[in-house]
Amino acid sequence: MSENTDVWEVFIQSKNGLAHKHVGNVHATDKEMALQNARDLYTRRNEGSCIWVVKSEYIISSESEDGEAFFDPSNDKMYRHPTFYTMPDGAKNI
Amino acid sequence: MSNLLNYTLRIADNAIILGQRMSQWCSNGPTLEEDIAMVNISLDLFGQANGFYEYASSIDGNKSVDDFAFLRSEREYFNNLIVEQKNGHFGDTIVRNFLFDAYSVLFYNKLSESKDEILAALGAKSLKEAKYHLRHSSNWLIRLGDGTEESNIKVQKSLEDIWMYTGNLFEMDDIDNELLKSGIAVDNSSLINDWDKKVNEILDKAKLNKPEDCYMQTGSKKGLHTEHLGHLLSDMQFLQRAYPNAKW
Repeated sequence: MSENTDVWEVFIQSKNGLAHKHVGNVHATDKEMALQNARDLYTRRNEGSCIWVVKSEYIISSESEDGEAFFDPSNDKMYRHPTFYTMPDGAKNI
Repeated sequence: MSNLLNYTLRIADNAIILGQRMSQWCSNGPTLEEDIAMVNISLDLFGQANGFYEYASSIDGNKSVDDFAFLRSEREYFNNLIVEQKNGHFGDTIVRNFLFDAYSVLFYNKLSESKDEILAALGAKSLKEAKYHLRHSSNWLIRLGDGTEESNIKVQKSLEDIWMYTGNLFEMDDIDNELLKSGIAVDNSSLINDWDKKVNEILDKAKLNKPEDCYMQTGSKKGLHTEHLGHLLSDMQFLQRAYPNAKW
């Protein structure tokens, strides 16, 4: 059967308000099966409150050879980092 | 045996026997994902069985949960005939589970309104799981029925083969009627319309034909079973029978 299935990437939101985090992938033939398989594989121990599944083919990734052009230019731009501010005590999840 | 004990065992027995059936898929699932999904369902069902057996144990005052699960013979089990039917191929399992899950959701929904607070609480807890199980089996049934010509023929046959065990789900005997009067039991016979509706809806989507009315097998409420239950129990109870009082 596995020759008929696609790979889907799974993203789990652990708590309401937090970002969905990539946790792995599943095989499935359709979106409902992908969602259920993700639920059965990745939320068995109370890990999540919401699941996203996305067909892997729809995820566009940068290539490792793009690394220099993409990321090196930000190396010497310290002023883009908010390191000169103090964090307010009450702020969480930033 | 009190009526309440007998009634509680019927519910627990349904859960443990179907749980045992689903555990037999472990390492035999059609895909890794489905294998885990079916074992999850099995574990849900064992959890339900444990809850109802704990209540049975407190009513009985003598027997433990393990005594109920592992030291009763076939004739002392009161599960519905449909849950003991063999797994067969994946489509057989899906059809059996779908027909039972559709009943189970309706049953637990009503049980959660029982005047017996513990049965009501166990019913409410089990209902959430049953809803997921129904979603799982419904989706697979639609996929298989409306899949290829071969998968359609196969699950249509599964449906014909198991149909005669569905009537048993809606039977009422003296124990049911007695407990229904005091607001404890579910009126199984009242569930059939909603069950029909659900079954028709899914079979329609799955491009499957509902089997024609036929003779319905009966007997589970008296401990009369098909030949499959004995084999299942001999496997499930082997350890406690061979090594009495063995502990983890």
